[in-house]
Amino acid sequence: MSRFLVRRLLLTLPVLFFVSVIVFSLINLIPGDPARIMLGEEASKEALEALRKQMGLDRPLYVRYLLWLNRLVRGDFGKSVRDGRPVLDTLLLKLPTTIELAITSLLVAWAIAIPAAVLAAWKRRSAWDYAATAVGLAGISIPNFWLGIMLIYLLAVNLRLLPPSGYVEPWIDLSRNLRLMVMPSIVLGSALAALVMRLLRSSLIEVLGTDYVRTAHAKGLNERAVIVRHAIKNAMIPVVTIMGLQLSGLLGGAVITETIFAIPGFGRLAVDSILTRDYPMVQGVVLFAALAVVLTNLFVDMVYAFLDPRIRLEERPA
Amino acid sequence: MRRPADAVLTGGLPAEHAPAPRYGLAYLGRRYARNRLALVGLWVVLLIIGTAIFAPWVAPHSPIKTNFENLLKPPTSGHILGTDDLGRDIASRVIYGTRTSLLAGLISVGIAVAIGLPLGLLSGFYRGRLDDVLMRLTDAMLSFPFLVLALALAAVLGAGLDRAMIAIGIVFTPGFIRLSRAQVLSEREQNYVEAARASGAGDGRIIWRHILPNIVSPVLVQASLSTAAAITAEAALSFLGLGTQPPTPSWGSMLNIAQAYLSTAPWMAWWPGIAIFITVLSINLTGDGLREALDPRLRSV
Repeated sequence: MSRFLVRRLLLTLPVLFFVSVIVFSLINLIPGDPARIMLGEEASKEALEALRKQMGLDRPLYVRYLLWLNRLVRGDFGKSVRDGRPVLDTLLLKLPTTIELAITSLLVAWAIAIPAAVLAAWKRRSAWDYAATAVGLAGISIPNFWLGIMLIYLLAVNLRLLPPSGYVEPWIDLSRNLRLMVMPSIVLGSALAALVMRLLRSSLIEVLGTDYVRTAHAKGLNERAVIVRHAIKNAMIPVVTIMGLQLSGLLGGAVITETIFAIPGFGRLAVDSILTRDYPMVQGVVLFAALAVVLTNLFVDMVYAFLDPRIRLEERPA
Repeated sequence: MRRPADAVLTGGLPAEHAPAPRYGLAYLGRRYARNRLALVGLWVVLLIIGTAIFAPWVAPHSPIKTNFENLLKPPTSGHILGTDDLGRDIASRVIYGTRTSLLAGLISVGIAVAIGLPLGLLSGFYRGRLDDVLMRLTDAMLSFPFLVLALALAAVLGAGLDRAMIAIGIVFTPGFIRLSRAQVLSEREQNYVEAARASGAGDGRIIWRHILPNIVSPVLVQASLSTAAAITAEAALSFLGLGTQPPTPSWGSMLNIAQAYLSTAPWMAWWPGIAIFITVLSINLTGDGLREALDPRLRSV
């Protein structure tokens, strides 16, 4: 067990190293003078000089990388070029909003995907199966920004059922908060639902063909009990395995969803900082997203090793 | 991928006589045509490609000519899909938009394959230090949410369709490195590779003549599905203002503008979205059909 943990942790280090190199390169390998790009053409000479000094542009690249990394490990993500506030503070401020959106979207996704997959796998090659497959395919083909616009048009502009966009903290006005989250959660959850549905369907079909399911049948359990009590637990394994991928999809989708629905979260921050060329903020956002995914993957692997001895005993394919 | 039966059939033969299992095109076509949906998808894809090529003849008006006496007009016989905020014909813009989208899809996936396939081949064939480094690097790249990385790259490279295609291409590259590497890892252990080596073939010849033809199918399938994703990505970047720049018609930027006129001119938002949906769906159907036709084992799943 501990050998597996050590190995897994050691494998994470080079990944984190490359993540940091990529994020660092994003800004430092732009052709031209980064200070001028950030401040614009009309910036004063003094402001440019000050920013160059702050970024250490007068030093060699690898020194800048090491200095940057050193600050990073101490929790210093740099300061926003726009408002001068520490990047990390702004990130942490925006995060709860996106976490709320991610959770509600994940709930929407699983609420659609799990019943649909069970139905499709159970009644295989029936009309249910084909319908679920078709909806799944449509789900991954609909661009989420269009889905968002159409929902606003239908539910907010035409039927006036829901407010079109905006955000209120749940502790200020919970019912308005929830009403505002309905459409964004559907938009962000639907693509994920399609992914989870396709995966869970094929994994259920596989599990339903195993010996222990046959044994459960032989005991005289009916189909429903077999699926609910035995099959679905194991079929969920691949779905949990791709938790990191799902988080990655949620964070990427949040960029679009938060922009359409004017939600002041992490994704909106990404777009705003990119459009205003606030590069320290861009770096912070990108780095934060990647770290979240790396750590989620690490966590999932650790939990597995703990729950399933086969995983920690087996040599992972290189 | 090679089926066990093929390995047995070709394993004992001299390398020159052990090519990839090249099913005839007619055979593949018949297998493909058994899937009705895939067939429909393919026809729609061909129709869209035709629309893109012949856009100047298909489009009723100029896609960029403004007409300030005809702003935000609902669909009429003159402008069957209506006009936009600058009085431009929406139908013509949607038709010319196929060019932008297909170009973006093909070129960005082309970039990803051109970089990813050779790296994956070398990485899987030689293993060792190169492989270790590349695998951790792809792990790192795959840790970034796809759209976040594409956005950041597009921001650094600057706005514009060409830069967006490069950004999307780079983001898709690790996927192709991983796929081709995994394929090579299983192929290099096959008997036919050993036979080729025994008959004196060098590394380059083995990779190029023997392994590459055997891994083309999965790469082709992934390329087609990635094209669909790349088209969505270009539309997303343009929607956020970082992809195609005005006045070039792009479905994503059309939707960006349409957002502001949802209550007064909703027709502006319908067609670009429907166009993306149909294009992406039909490419996905074609890709799924290809996968089934090329890999018989998937039939049962």
